[in-house]
Amino acid sequence: MIQHLTSLPILLPMLAGVILLMPPCGKNLKIRRVASVVFALATLCVSVLLLFQVKNHGSQVYAIGDWSAPFGIVMVADPLSVLLVTLTAVLGVACSLYACAGDDERGAFFHPLMHFLILGVNGAFLTGDMFNLFVFFEVLLIASYALLMHGGDKHNTRAALQYVILNLVGSAVFLIALGTLYGVLGTLNMADMAHKVTTLHGDDIYLAKIGGLLLLVVFALKGALLPLHLWLPNTYATALPVVAALFAIMTKVGVYSMMRVYTLVFGKNAGELSLMAQGWLWWLAIATIIVGAIGVLASQDLRKLTANLVIVSVGTLVALVAVQSVQASAAAIYYLVHSTLVSAALFLIADLIARQRGKVSDRITAGRPVAQPLLLGGGFILAAITVIGMPPLSGFVAKIWLLRATFETEYVMVFWPVYLLASLAVLMAISKAGSTLFWHNTTAKPADSGEQNLVHPAQCCALFLLVLASPMMIIFAGPLSDYALFTATELHNFAGNVSLVLEGGQ
Amino acid sequence: MELLYASCVGLLVTCGVFLILRARTFPVVLGLTMLSYAVNLFLFSSGRLALNEAAVLGYSEAYADPLPQALVLTAIVIGFAMTAFVVILAIRGRADLGNDHVNGQETSKNKTKGKA
Repeated sequence: MIQHLTSLPILLPMLAGVILLMPPCGKNLKIRRVASVVFALATLCVSVLLLFQVKNHGSQVYAIGDWSAPFGIVMVADPLSVLLVTLTAVLGVACSLYACAGDDERGAFFHPLMHFLILGVNGAFLTGDMFNLFVFFEVLLIASYALLMHGGDKHNTRAALQYVILNLVGSAVFLIALGTLYGVLGTLNMADMAHKVTTLHGDDIYLAKIGGLLLLVVFALKGALLPLHLWLPNTYATALPVVAALFAIMTKVGVYSMMRVYTLVFGKNAGELSLMAQGWLWWLAIATIIVGAIGVLASQDLRKLTANLVIVSVGTLVALVAVQSVQASAAAIYYLVHSTLVSAALFLIADLIARQRGKVSDRITAGRPVAQPLLLGGGFILAAITVIGMPPLSGFVAKIWLLRATFETEYVMVFWPVYLLASLAVLMAISKAGSTLFWHNTTAKPADSGEQNLVHPAQCCALFLLVLASPMMIIFAGPLSDYALFTATELHNFAGNVSLVLEGGQ
Repeated sequence: MELLYASCVGLLVTCGVFLILRARTFPVVLGLTMLSYAVNLFLFSSGRLALNEAAVLGYSEAYADPLPQALVLTAIVIGFAMTAFVVILAIRGRADLGNDHVNGQETSKNKTKGKA
């Protein structure tokens, strides 16, 4: 059983999705909700088990059907991928709980689709094969298309249509890149690719470069890197907030793929192609941070503001990927976990605030006061402190760490001013949003009790699961940062990664 | 053969990109279909073009690379499903928004010109 553990984070959500479609779960709402949350919890348990397994015994390679790499497809559970799988599972638990309060009735098949999305995301994190990565991208995309339309109206259709068309073009580019790379390297196994890239010569180098940079286009689209970020604010702001919270992990899939491809395959050891994308990544990331910060300042409602915060976090992460040092990667990993959780929390808070403010919804203007200022205000201020990066919550640690990681590199002159100014912009926008939403009221008292939309206990649980993750990340900052460092060391351990997959694939 | 094959792929990509850049969903869907044909052909060629070579060992003297064929098969299946989905979505968009403009609304300018 224990050697099959690596495949369970993929198989379990798939099983969950199928079972939730069949009777009795398909018919009875109550059973479906309970089953969905139970399956999400089970996925979390399996992920945590796998995390400890990897932490104690090192990376696990699982050859599907016992076909050894590079001929068969392998799943690689290394510290980075299991950490992200666990993060996805936490998000899955929070979102399935939150949806139980009524969001899942607003359209068909919320719960099965959510588990299929988790299947795709986990698969993308765990796979060690480029083509398999493409397949899992498609799995998560088709689930996300359907979730995006869940309980939607006209605006939703438009945003979904644009999102789907963009991603279909992205898939075509992905396949062209894979075709080019396969034609040159003769393999699609990531470790084997990393090994073969070093032996290229002549014109093949240019072909591999074309393939590698086409991949950058695809990952930039998935991760919402400038100039391919334009779909994100609209998509995230029109989707149901619980869906948007779940989507917080999807841009990270793009960032994760960049980490993998440009650190392992085209990293420092790639001979003539070493660090070929770093210049692109660096400047695009800086531009993304700037544009995201401007978007944060210009946002008219809380959901769009959060969507722009996601763009800022993507920019920051990619900048750290471009720095290519162990410290920077470790900071990026800590920041990634923190930013995913907090942006998901902010989407949920925006939804709860919108429900209690009637017509003005979550627009940042004066309106009627929320019915439960203590609960929502408390959640908001915790999330706000986290996302701004003020002490004492996890954003602060992440910020200090990533500033320190870039301090002794040549990037400091650009990164520090841009990142600190962006943080200032976020601070200003969030303070303005918070004070307007909670304190600038047109009437003195909240709506009558009939239309107050009090927070459902399930929503409350989900919200505080995400919000309280930040204090937890501070309390356990020691072990977590050790783990992030361990992860980053493993990520940069070129020889170890290659030999693990190619030789130890049993 | 290589020249013919490459020009075929190139022509399909050109038509596909041209159609995707149109402002109506119908040409865009057609463009996506063409692009996916081009991609499938391209993937197929990544195993090198050769005549009279079987992908199974022992049926011919030289053998072809079977992996691109498997990849193309996967890509075709996925592309097929995605096209079906985008067609349905385009129809839904036409019904919801009252027109098939990708922005969901027509300005007076593109009503007369037919494109944005």
